Order: sequence, then structure tokens, then C-alpha cells
Amino acid sequence: MNISVKISVNGVLHEAEVEPRLLLAHFLRETCGLTGTHVGCETSVCGACTVLVDGQAVKSCTMFAVQADGTEVTTVEGLASNGEMHPVQEGFWECHGLQCGYCTPGMMMTAVQLLERNEAPSRDDIRHALDGNLCRCTGYTHIIDAVEYAAKKGRA
Amino acid sequence: MIPAAFDYVRASSLNEALDLLAKHGDDAKILAGGHSLIPAMKLRLSQPKVVIDISRIADLHSVNQQNGKIAIGALTTHYEIESSDLLKRACPLLPEVAGSIGDVQVRNKGTVGGSCVHADPAGDWPAAMLALDAEFEIAGPNGSRTVAANDFFVDILTSAVEPGEILKFIHVPATANTAAYVKFAQKASGFAIAGVAAVVDKTKKEVAVAVTGVAAKAYRASGTESSLRGVEPTADSIATAAEKAADGIDPLSDIHASADFRAHLARVQAKRALWAAVSRG
Ligand SMILES: Cc1cc2nc3c(=O)[nH]c(=O)nc-3n(C[C@H](O)[C@H](O)[C@H](O)COP(=O)(O)OP(=O)(O)OC[C@H]3O[C@@H](n4cnc5c(N)ncnc54)[C@H](O)[C@@H]3O)c2cc1C
Ligand code: FES
Ligand code: FES
Repeated sequence: MNISVKISVNGVLHEAEVEPRLLLAHFLRETCGLTGTHVGCETSVCGACTVLVDGQAVKSCTMFAVQADGTEVTTVEGLASNGEMHPVQEGFWECHGLQCGYCTPGMMMTAVQLLERNEAPSRDDIRHALDGNLCRCTGYTHIIDAVEYAAKKGRA
Repeated sequence: MIPAAFDYVRASSLNEALDLLAKHGDDAKILAGGHSLIPAMKLRLSQPKVVIDISRIADLHSVNQQNGKIAIGALTTHYEIESSDLLKRACPLLPEVAGSIGDVQVRNKGTVGGSCVHADPAGDWPAAMLALDAEFEIAGPNGSRTVAANDFFVDILTSAVEPGEILKFIHVPATANTAAYVKFAQKASGFAIAGVAAVVDKTKKEVAVAVTGVAAKAYRASGTESSLRGVEPTADSIATAAEKAADGIDPLSDIHASADFRAHLARVQAKRALWAAVSRG
């Protein structure tokens, strides 16, 4: 039986009738047309699908859309405001924090969560916080630079 | 990776959830954080016809201290435990264990209750709960009952929670900071290949040591514990005691570690956990 959900995504309310088995990742990509949230492993490991649900970083492939009913979801599309990049996005841009870009939306959402909980993380804190996000291109060093840049920028 | 179709109901109270469980019987599954259930449903290892979401039952989402006892609601997430100031003070072993689970996204969703009920042999919580002599308060159609940690973890993926029942609270005693959790983790997931929780009471000269990841269910290393009973915990006495951490155990064997290696890791990690715990006091 379909269930009706109301989910605010990046400040826009989306109302839909969904199958309970619809994953939040697919709701975002297919129902809302927001394809910035990537699906990598589908097995809860890679973190490419990370979004914020009521401010908490979660893997949207490991959550049903019905569980997000009534919540506020933020995806990578919601980071920039008024055409200005979020400090985390600017960090990835300035520090070359990506190559193919597949892992990037998830990396950035997890980084946003980290900086909300810890505004001055050490490089080790950053590595630990990004535990659940895999990157097959960069070797991670530039990603850590990017988050460090964003932390400094955010405090400036 | 799409689960089989199911009906979804969100329970707004414990009684409603119990009624729904009674109504749907074996067709139903409780959903808490979903971080064990949903992966299993995506692999179609689990195909419930009805999913009862209990995650918004506010009463089960709490950490409270009364006298020397701490009651943790089953729905408290790993992250909430990791970041709880109350627990950092009153039972620092729990935040330490919580912080070692999976990754930040898993800790934001996964719950301590779901983890204990699921009784994954590689889960971290069973070691902590055994070492703390936790008590599990379980609600059922005929009221509540309390089960000691030693009887709670029954077998591989089997806890004492029966069909029709819901875990409500986990009660642990306030505990000194002379406790530690060390884990040899499976790198990709963080699950324990061998995890050891140690609680040391320096005054009484008693230790509690519990091991997860090594056998089909987490266990108390009773040989190690008796070897340190009434004995000053020194590097030497700890090393001797830790040698007994896999005695009488039938270790698991899989692609990550052979049975012999697991037994070896249990001994090494027991030594490290005991030493870390002693050094904190
Ligand atoms: C990528 C990844 C890495 C992980 N790494 C680790 C790790 O390093 N260490 C570790 O210990 N765990 C790890 N986990 C597991 C994680 O901790 C899960 O959150 C936990 O095992 C289950 O809790 P849950 O709340 O998500 O339960 P759910 O998945 O919602 O439920 C699990 C089972 O318990 C039942 N259930 C849940 N709550 C109750 C209740 N209150 N009463 C009765 N029945 C209930 C459900 O019906 C289901 O059968 C990992 C998971 C993932 C996806
Ligand atoms: S696609 Fe969700 S964790 Fe990989
Ligand atoms: S930039 Fe290619 S996977 Fe990270």
C-alpha cells in the first residue's frame, strides 16, 4: 500500500504517494529530480548517497523515504545559497578535492556535518569523520585539505 | 538492491507497537535505525510483509540516571551515546564503544537497542553490555520482564527478545573510568573481528572481561576474570590472565580470520583492554 509523505528537500516541500520500499536515495533522484545525490555501492558502505536528514548525515540508500516523512532533508544541491558556494564546496574547488566527482556530494555532506559538530577539526578528526565515505580517485589527501580549508573559511 | 514489497506502519507509542506486533505475528518486523534490517531486506534475506517503525516513540529515546543506575532507551542512537555528557561522566565505557561503531552516518541512525536485539556476533554492544552486567527491560503482551546480559545474548543473531516483544530499556550501573574497549576491526565496516571490553574494580580487585566477534555469541572470559580475582592487576598478572581469554570457546572462522587467529586476537585484545582500563585509574 502506498503511503503519502511530505518531505522538505532543500527548503522545498515535496508531497508524494510512495511505495514503502522506495529508498530515500531514489526518492531524491527520481521523485524530486535531484540527481546530485549519488548511488555508489547500494550496500551502505561507500557514503556517496549521504544527505542530511534533520541535520544528521545519513546514507540515503539505507533509509526508506517513508522514514523521512515530515523531516527536512538537505542534499548537495542545497549547499550553495544565492549563487555563492558553501565553504565546503569552495574548499573542494580551491584544493582540488575531487577527480571524477562521484564521491564528492557525499563527501561534502559528511564534511558539513563534521563542521557543524566541530568547527576546528584536526586532520585526524577529518579523516575519522570521513570514515564512511570512499573515494577511488584522489587518495583522500586533497579532500582533507578541502575540509581544512572550509573549516578555516567558516571560522573567518 | 530493492527490497520485496511490504506495508509500512509507524507506531506512535509502545502499546500501539505491541498491538501491531500481536496483530501481524510472524509477518511483521520492527524497524528502529534500520541499519541491520534494511541491508538484509535489500539482499532479500529478510522479507517482512509488514514493517512497524518504532523510531519515533519518544519515551524510548533517552538516557537517564537515577541513584547509581542509568536507563538507556532502546532507541538511543550510537551517536547520542557517543556524545552524551552524562555517560561520559557516569559510564565512559559506553561512549567509547559507541564511537568505535561503523562510521558517523551509521552512528547517526543505528540504535543501541536494535544492535543488541539483532545480536550480530561481530557487534560491539554485546561486549560492553556483558562487561557491565547490563539488564534488559523487555515489553510484551503480558507486561514487562527483565533479562540479565548473560541470558540476553542467546546465539548467533538471536537475543532473548521473543516474537511479539519489544526491548524498552537497557539498565547499566554507573561505572568508574577504569574501563576500556579495544577492537580489531574489519576494515571496511568496522565490525569486530575481536573486540574486548574490560571493566576493572581496583578496590575490590575484580575485573569483568567480555569478548565479541570471536564466537557465535559474545561471552565473558571467565578464565581471565578468575585469574585476576583478588590479584593486583600488573603487566605480568594481566598478561597471564589474558592468555585464558579464549579458553573453552569455539571460535568462528570466515574470510576475515581463521578460528586460530580469532582466538589469538581475543587473547591479545584482552591484554590490551585490561591494560588500558587499569592505566586510566
Ligand atoms: C556500514 C555499516 C557498518 C556497521 N558497522 C558496525 C560496527 O562497526 N559495529 C557494530 O556493532 N555495528 C555495526 N553496524 C550495525 C549497526 O550498528 C546497526 O545499527 C545495528 O546493528 C542495528 O540497530 P538498528 O537500530 O539499525 O536496528 P534495525 O536494523 O532497525 O533492527 C535490527 C533488528 O532488531 C529488531 N529490533 C530493533 N529494535 C528493536 C527493539 N527495540 N525491540 C525489538 N526488536 C527490535 C528489528 O526487528 C531487526 O530484526 C554497521 C552497519 C552498517 C550498515
Ligand atoms: S550508495 Fe549508499 S552507501 Fe554506497
Ligand atoms: S573523486 Fe572519484 S571517487 Fe572520489
